[in-house]
Amino acid sequence: MATTASDRLLVSSQLEHLQAKYVGTGHPDLHRYDWLSNIQRDTYASMVGHHNMMTYVSLCENESIGRTRYKLLEKMFLPCGNPPEREED
Amino acid sequence: MYLYNVTLQRGGNVQAAIYGSFSGPKVHEIVVSRTKVLELLRPDANGKLQVIASTEVFGKIRSLCPFRLPGSNRDHIVVGSDSGRIVILTFDGKTRRFKKVHQETYGKTGCRRIVPGQYLAYDPKGRAVMIGALEKQKLVYVLNRDSAANLTISSPLEAHKSRNIVFSIVGLDCGFENPIFGAIEMDYGEAEQDPTGEAAKQARKHLTYYELDLGLNHVVRKWSEPCDNGANMLIAVPGGSEGPGGVLICAENYVIYKHQNHKEVKAPIPRRADLPQSRGVLLVSYAAHKQKSMFFFLVQSEYGDLYKVTLDCERETVKDLKIRYFDTIPVCTSICVLKSGFLFAGSECGDHALYQFLGIGDDENEAVASASQAMATENGLQPVEFSPRPLKNLLLIDAIESLSPVCDMKVANLFEEETKQMYTLTGKGPWSTMKILRPGQTVAEMAVSPLPGSPNGVWTIKENKSQEFDSFILVSFKNASLVLSVGESVEEVTDSGFQTTSATLDVKLMADDSILQVVPTGLRHILGDGRVNEWRCPGRKQITSVSCNERQVVAALTGYELVYFELDETGQLLESEKKDMAGEISSVCIAPIPAGKLRSKFLAIGGYDATIRVLSLDPHDCLSPLAVQAVAAVPSSMLFINISTSDFDEDTKSLYLQAGLANGILLRTEIDSVTGQLSDTRTRFLGTRPPKLVGLRIMGKESMMALSSRPWVGYTKEGRFTLTPISYEGLSHATHFSSEQCPEAIVGVAQTSLRILVIEHLGDVFNSSACGLKYTPRTMAVNEEQKVIAVGEADCGVVPNQFTTAMAPKENGDAMDTGEDDGENEPSEEKVQFGSVRGNPEQWASCIEVIDATSLSVSSQLELEGNYAVTCMAWVRFEGQEADILAVATALDIKLQPRGCSGGEIRLYTFKDKEKGLELLHSTSVRGIVRAMKPFQGRLLVGVGNALTLYELGKKQLLKKSENRKFPNFIVTIDTAGDRIYCGDAQESVHFCRYRWEDNLIHIYADDTIPRYMTASAVLDYNTVLGGDKFGNIFVCRLPKDVSKEVEDDPTGGRAMDNSSSALHSAPHKLESVCSFHLGDTVTAIQRTTMQPGGKEIVLYMTILGEIGALVPLTSKEDVDFFSHLEMHLRQDNQPLCGRDHLSYRSSYNPVRNVIDGGFCEQYSQISKELQSRIAEELDRSPGEVMKKLEDMRNKIL
Repeated sequence: MATTASDRLLVSSQLEHLQAKYVGTGHPDLHRYDWLSNIQRDTYASMVGHHNMMTYVSLCENESIGRTRYKLLEKMFLPCGNPPEREED
Repeated sequence: MYLYNVTLQRGGNVQAAIYGSFSGPKVHEIVVSRTKVLELLRPDANGKLQVIASTEVFGKIRSLCPFRLPGSNRDHIVVGSDSGRIVILTFDGKTRRFKKVHQETYGKTGCRRIVPGQYLAYDPKGRAVMIGALEKQKLVYVLNRDSAANLTISSPLEAHKSRNIVFSIVGLDCGFENPIFGAIEMDYGEAEQDPTGEAAKQARKHLTYYELDLGLNHVVRKWSEPCDNGANMLIAVPGGSEGPGGVLICAENYVIYKHQNHKEVKAPIPRRADLPQSRGVLLVSYAAHKQKSMFFFLVQSEYGDLYKVTLDCERETVKDLKIRYFDTIPVCTSICVLKSGFLFAGSECGDHALYQFLGIGDDENEAVASASQAMATENGLQPVEFSPRPLKNLLLIDAIESLSPVCDMKVANLFEEETKQMYTLTGKGPWSTMKILRPGQTVAEMAVSPLPGSPNGVWTIKENKSQEFDSFILVSFKNASLVLSVGESVEEVTDSGFQTTSATLDVKLMADDSILQVVPTGLRHILGDGRVNEWRCPGRKQITSVSCNERQVVAALTGYELVYFELDETGQLLESEKKDMAGEISSVCIAPIPAGKLRSKFLAIGGYDATIRVLSLDPHDCLSPLAVQAVAAVPSSMLFINISTSDFDEDTKSLYLQAGLANGILLRTEIDSVTGQLSDTRTRFLGTRPPKLVGLRIMGKESMMALSSRPWVGYTKEGRFTLTPISYEGLSHATHFSSEQCPEAIVGVAQTSLRILVIEHLGDVFNSSACGLKYTPRTMAVNEEQKVIAVGEADCGVVPNQFTTAMAPKENGDAMDTGEDDGENEPSEEKVQFGSVRGNPEQWASCIEVIDATSLSVSSQLELEGNYAVTCMAWVRFEGQEADILAVATALDIKLQPRGCSGGEIRLYTFKDKEKGLELLHSTSVRGIVRAMKPFQGRLLVGVGNALTLYELGKKQLLKKSENRKFPNFIVTIDTAGDRIYCGDAQESVHFCRYRWEDNLIHIYADDTIPRYMTASAVLDYNTVLGGDKFGNIFVCRLPKDVSKEVEDDPTGGRAMDNSSSALHSAPHKLESVCSFHLGDTVTAIQRTTMQPGGKEIVLYMTILGEIGALVPLTSKEDVDFFSHLEMHLRQDNQPLCGRDHLSYRSSYNPVRNVIDGGFCEQYSQISKELQSRIAEELDRSPGEVMKKLEDMRNKIL
């Protein structure tokens, strides 16, 4: 099936819309760093959301649940450290 | 394979708690989220917390907030959950149910990063709520009321901001101006683009105000300003006419007042003197209290210290902020200040508590930090120091027991009782305990007094109906009766009018305040003025069995004769009917008189021909038969009882006939209140003795006791009649007893002594006895022979408890302590109150304690030195050894993230007897952390990191015999059966291995296709393993039959194939997933066991949040069909309360498979009658039959 320029535009605009709406939607040029950060943020968010996980982690680390939550939220800021130098495309 | 999942005891944790008036105006109530369960608690007049309602929501509650419309006097409950929906509930005080008012969908299900549900904030004036996610999304719903005063909800208004992590949101108090919500946010957008790290360094948290413009109906980002980077929580300050408005920002070490157009007021949080400098003080929970003239906040730090925060205001300007040390209680997830002067503390671990305020903490001598006097230094404001002290402003009134968090559990029968006990490790730090749980109702023994013989009956009686408490206890012996009067003390009396020279068969206070005493030779009617009217049995006949209510008496005489008496208007007890029966009568029972009637219509007669007959007592057809039921054995005791089918409505009662049969079975049959026909019989085996039935009143409701080889109590709970064993020795006789000290007690006879008992916490399925521990328990090993439990404890980042023994032998590097310091075993009260002393984060405190099960005390204790921590332990019987040896795995300098240590040891201890305690045999060093050990064919299997090693006992150390290092990550569980070894990996599910003796090799031949983060496992059969994972799933994996056979037949045991596929890093065979179920809570212990003598095998599990559950295998296709259809209908017609679809919840991680949610099916008893009959019709059954099936399933377990 031949794709016209307008089709391609439509697809890419739809993709952009998705990326804007759903944080973490990937694209072909996604950098490893972005992908990893995204995964880790999702993981931390899921842990904060599940009270059993918070209890599990805080029991392990011998911290209060409040402190564990705070630590995880802080980690969500830059879960993989500073970004690498990127080449301009 | 099909499993039926039932919760035996709901989790005990408190995830969030809110305070308000939910059931009506001016009541003080607390709504508590126990993650999966929503509960309403109310302190009663004595300050005891009563659970008014408790509903499982089949979803995860993440946040709660109360909400009150302007001018209303009741609160609604707004729930943020994992359902992707906002749900608003009310509580109906009459029906005692939560009712859904609104449910609005806004996003996907699940606890996701950008789907709101984590945070909730409400406008204090009751106009709007904000529901927020951890990142980006925030939605504002405008709430209002319509013309009929119903709550209305608008469509959501967005207040999103991308790349923004939210730490806390709050609704500001700004009077009746536009509602404003405050949020602590941190933007990572720039930092993520800047490789130099400069942006990350400069990133600041911001306090942002979102204003809801009610006129334009949209939300604007009104104001945003940088704030302290340690900020974690916001508290709204009363505004409008009551205060300055704005927010308190709780940050690490500081509390800061901030508001638009107001300068920051910052005060340091007082810190404990013994806290290391490297540690901050973070506030984790708060409660606000507001009166007309003043307001204050109680905040709690992560160490448990409560502070009172007050503001000095001058009009709308805040001049000063004071933080004063208040008291120290265990760390809470939520605290609530009740307007009635109580503090509810929902603890993070251990029991929740209700405290009464004794003071409001205005003592000038307490440590106080204020913004105006804070000294600025290089490292910020100079903190004030204090030392925690015993409670001064609070008084503990009541506690709710909680098992959360549970680390491990083992089922064993160390006490050789009828049912096994559960040994549970619970708690954290100094709040840790080892609890022994026994299924059964808790009773407290109030008094024990010896009797001069073996009684054959006991009764209590009031002098007249108007009396509140009983005046006499009558104990009957073989040929005498003893009358005790109840007053200040219990004393024998002789002038009571009772005949004491013969045995007594029954005693009753009649409707006209006369007293009836039944003796074998006749009836003695003792009138109010002391005169006695006697009725003697004709000839040499004797009364064998008698039953009476306030107006009617029926007596069975020897020679098949039945005599019926009635109390007439003049107060005479007259014989009104007589009948010769066809056979000997074993027991008789008269139904209670219905309210407003003069007589009861039914009489039940049990015959030695194993029948129960119902006779009419209607004057028209007196003693004529109405119904007959043939039963399995002779009914030895019967009781009529009114059971209400709902908790709250006393009108929906129906009459049941309970019959205890000679073979120990209890029958329960519904009796038609008009025709007397019997229907819907339920049976339950109670014990080896024929149950003797006694009516009781517990909490004002009709209940009963059945005395078999152990006593049972029957009562109505959540619309179901429940029978639970009482955890007490067998009683031969019992009756209710009410006195001033205890209005609802039981007086019972055990052997030759009289016991006065009180039932406590009716409805708790398990009762517990506890032994305090030193540190967080991590692992346990039960020795059934010696009846001891070894517990390994370890805490990170704390200073080890000071060791006070004179000098313990040091040659092994360990200080040995053999119980000289018994006083030290129980963590001291202070320690329990204040928590442990913090050390540096790398520091470990660890010990091994051996608990003597019979005395429930620590018989031997051993503190580990040199930063070693216990990770795992097991009792092993090595080949050629006569006694079990305790293998203890320890690790040096454990690091948690990433997992690592600088070496480990497996120490072997002998435990000859309780005096000698643990003696070190030798220790063997290992490479890494050992998380699992298991005895295997006279040797020891050890999982060291990703290696499975087989050790044999040597003279100087353990000898390595065989090893396999091909496990993916970290072995956390080991089970064995025959030659097979089942290893659970921390991330990669179960691995089936085989040890081949011939070539001394362990090899993996099958693994799973799904990555599962295993936490616990149990072998169901040779080919099947049941496991639980970290995310709250349980699953069953099975080796396919043909593979199993192939592996068994293969001379190399499948090893040949193993090599061929090693390039793929996986085993040659794959396991099948048989069952899968999302429990919603991390399983920490699983055991296959039976809990009933001679009962069916079930799987018992415990979760970290303290839930005890059971999985029962369904054996017939019919049952599977029935329950899955019932589940399907309920999914359609009885949607869970918090908006999560049941099927999707149970399939959160993996699609639910072959597991039926019994807890959900049991909600059938709580839905409306119409719906019940509609569903029952679809299932081709009657509602009674459906209920019976549900009850039968539950009765199979305990």
